[in-house]
This record gives sequence, C-alpha cells and structure tokens, in this order.
Amino acid sequence: MEENKRIIKDCKVVIIGGSAGSLQVLLQILPFIENPISFAIVIVVHRKQSDEQTLEALLALKSQVKVIDVEDKVALKPGFIYIAPSNYHLLFEKEKTLSLDTSEKINYSRPTIDVSFESAAEIYGSALVGILLSGSNSDGTIGMKAIQNAGGITVVQNPVSAEMSFMPNNAILHTQPDYVLNTEEILAFIKEINPD
Amino acid sequence: MIEDIELEALINDVYEYYGFDFGSYSRASLKRRVSRVFYLDGFKHFHEFLSKVRTDPEYCKRMIDEITVNVTEMFRDPSFYMTLRKDILPLLGTKPFIRIWHAGCSTGEEVYSMAIMLKELGLLHKSILYATDINAAVLETAKSGIFPLRMIKDYADNYRDSGGQEDFSDYYIANYGYAKFSEDLSEKMVFSQHNLVSDTSFNEFDLILCRNVLIYFDNNLQKRVVNLFDDSLAVLGFLALGTKETIKYSISPTKYKQFEREKIWRKIKE
Ligand SMILES: C[S@@+](CC[C@H](N)C(=O)[O-])C[C@H]1O[C@@H](n2cnc3c(N)ncnc32)[C@H](O)[C@@H]1O
Repeated sequence: MEENKRIIKDCKVVIIGGSAGSLQVLLQILPFIENPISFAIVIVVHRKQSDEQTLEALLALKSQVKVIDVEDKVALKPGFIYIAPSNYHLLFEKEKTLSLDTSEKINYSRPTIDVSFESAAEIYGSALVGILLSGSNSDGTIGMKAIQNAGGITVVQNPVSAEMSFMPNNAILHTQPDYVLNTEEILAFIKEINPD
Repeated sequence: MIEDIELEALINDVYEYYGFDFGSYSRASLKRRVSRVFYLDGFKHFHEFLSKVRTDPEYCKRMIDEITVNVTEMFRDPSFYMTLRKDILPLLGTKPFIRIWHAGCSTGEEVYSMAIMLKELGLLHKSILYATDINAAVLETAKSGIFPLRMIKDYADNYRDSGGQEDFSDYYIANYGYAKFSEDLSEKMVFSQHNLVSDTSFNEFDLILCRNVLIYFDNNLQKRVVNLFDDSLAVLGFLALGTKETIKYSISPTKYKQFEREKIWRKIKE
C-alpha cells in the first residue's frame, strides 16, 4: 500500500494490539526502537493470567525504551512503553492517564483490544496510530474502525507474515487500513513517526 | 456511545435528585457503563433516559446497580491471600479481637474467602467482618452466601494456590447449579450499604480491604477515600488494595509501610 504512504507527524500515542503469535512480532520490533521516542507506545495483548509479569520483564530486558509497569491512573507520557496488565481492561482518561477496569471479559478476554482502541481513539483522535498484529480471533476490528472514525492512522500486520492470520485478515476485511505491513516494515514505519 | 455532555447531565441529575455523587468517578469506565445500560434498556434518545432516571426512583436504583462493576472472585490473586494467611492474619491473631472491613465487597466472595482462612487459623470466633457496598442488590447476594456452581472449580484452584489445604467442598452445599456456603462462615459477617463517596467512618478496624474499587475513582476521590480508611484504621492495622492500585498518590509515605511487594500497607503511626 505504498501509494498512500505519508509522513506521520503530531502522533502522541501508538497503540499495538495482538493475540496468538504476536509476542514474537513484538520482540522483533520493540527492542529495535531507539531512544528517545516522541510518543508513547501502549501494548494490549491477550495472555494467560499465569504469565502475569513475564511479558513486562522480557520486554523491559530487551528494549531500550523504558517499560512502565502499568498501575491505575499512571500518567501516559511520550518516551515510554506501557503494557496493559492481565485481568483488567485498559482505558484512557482525558487527564492523560491510564485507568483500569475489571468489568466482564469480552469474548473470554480481559484486556480486550477493541475496548482499549476505542477508548484511545476517543481521547487521542488523529494523534493516534493503531497497529494490529497476529491473532486467531476477531478482537481489534471494532477498535480499528473507531480509530479510523476518529481520524487516526491504522496499520495491520500482513496476514501472510502473521503466525495467525485470522485477526489481521478480519480487520482488513471490515476496515480499510491505511497500511498493511510485514514485521520489518512495521518497525521502519514506527521509526519514521514524527520526523524532526 | 453516549456523549460527554450527556454523561455530565446524568451525573448532575443523579446528584441533585438522589444525592448519589458520581462526579469524581473515572470517566472512561463510567461512560462505558452508562452507555451499556442506556442501550440494554432500549432507549433511543438520551433525554428519555434522563427523564426516566429523574422521575422513577426505582429505575435510578437499577441504573446505579448496573453501572457499578461487580465482577469478583473467591481468593482472587492467590498470592495476595497467601500473604494474608501466612503473615498478616497470624499477626492480627495475637489480639483479643479482630475487626475487618471489606469496603466495596460486591457479592461477597472476598468476605467468604476471608472467613474460610480465619476459620482454618482458629481466629473466626474472635473476628468480626463488616462488609459494605454502595450497591444494595449485591449485598443481598452476599448475605445469602449463594454463588454460581460453575465458578467453584476456579475458586477451589485459587483456594489451593493461596495455601488452603482442606477439602474446599466441605464449605458449601451444591444444589441446582448453585453453591450455598455454610452458615458457620457467615455468622460473623455484618453487611450494610455504605457509600465511600459520602458516608463517614463507622468504626476502628485492624484490617481494611478495598480491592478494585479505587480504580473507578479519580485521583481526588482516591485521596479522600484513602484518608477515610486512615481515619478508620488502628495503629499497626493493615490496608489492602487491588494488585494494580496504590496509596502512593494519596497519603504521606512516612505513615505507612508497604508489606513486602504486596499491595498491603501497615499504619505505623497515628
Ligand atoms: C470490582 S468490585 C470489587 C469486588 C471485590 N472487592 C474484589 O476485588 O473482587 C467493585 C465494587 O465497588 C463498589 N462500589 C463502587 N462505588 C462505590 C462507592 N462509592 N461506595 C462503596 N462501594 C462502591 C461496586 O458496587 C462494586 O461492588
């Protein structure tokens, strides 16, 4: 989708959602992002309650950009990576903080990508980039639509390069993402956000 | 989704007409919850919903019951309960009498979990468990001690992971898809409606649990509520919050000491 390639500026938040097969992708992207970044990165992935802190620990170890352990009402600031804790929905507040919610699981998941994407779109509008990775369910599609409607940019992992293609395929089918990219391209894309 | 100004209009009316103040609730969650009831109850226009809330106290009550998030579990976060069982309760056990407050107890699973541990430690007879919530409907369930049977397997796993060694099924009787917990456990429980936003301290406690309630409040209200707990806590008493909550923004750090890495703080001075 080269034709609609454009410079992305004034981005405040990049939100990345994924499910099965997305961890490897994150590990091929996040460690290669160099400090400082002029936006915040928020990660919302489905995972088991039992691997509570392992994702945070792994990414904190590997990435240069500092990973924040998300607690309720933590300030969302450019320059950091925030990871949605397991067993809570992650929401965005007007005051530029993150808040947590234990309401019912949606399609057996908490957090859900749709809930966080919708909430981020409401607060950040056109200053938001949403990226949807590998997964084997339909979570994320509604969220991607919300981001588009609010004027944000959407990126879907190329289903061919995804370990589980259902989730990216579903989003491509029901929304018209601005970009469909494979893993290296997603990394390059993120590096080009907000050029000085 | 409803609009921001609609939400603010509702908050104003519920306060003006009924005295319930949701003005300091976190907006992101509240908006989702109000939208949910609005669509669930088949409203098309917000003004219809608003006038229903204003004119029908029963409906307003239902709305409040629906917008509060009541999801709970027995022995939620087993490592937290393990710390209570191994460290905190034995410390409190040296006292002649143990007073515990579950603030925002929802349907009571947390309170029954506590009673089971106290019983196993031989402390239940000298304990009293106050359990409060803003939502009157959940308190009725809590009083009955009847929980869905389909959850019991998870609860039994949590119980075991938190250090429980008895046969979990001894604590309830299964019947028609429900598990009714033994009255030996509920004997020492007192349930009552209490609003953390507007009601005051009503006793002095040795342990206060308020888990996954503060996440629904903004920073100011969190601060007020933590100070209400401070007023209600004896020196050397403990305050326990949810795994992603903190008192860090709310109270002087010199007054409280965190217990290891758990979300449990001990009040070290008046
Ligand atoms: C998610 S539940 C937490 C239940 C339990 N403590 C746990 O962690 O599993 C939150 C509870 O807080 C209650 N709540 C919300 N606002 C309140 C208020 N202003 N005063 C007292 N309880 C409140 C809700 O009704 C709900 O039952």
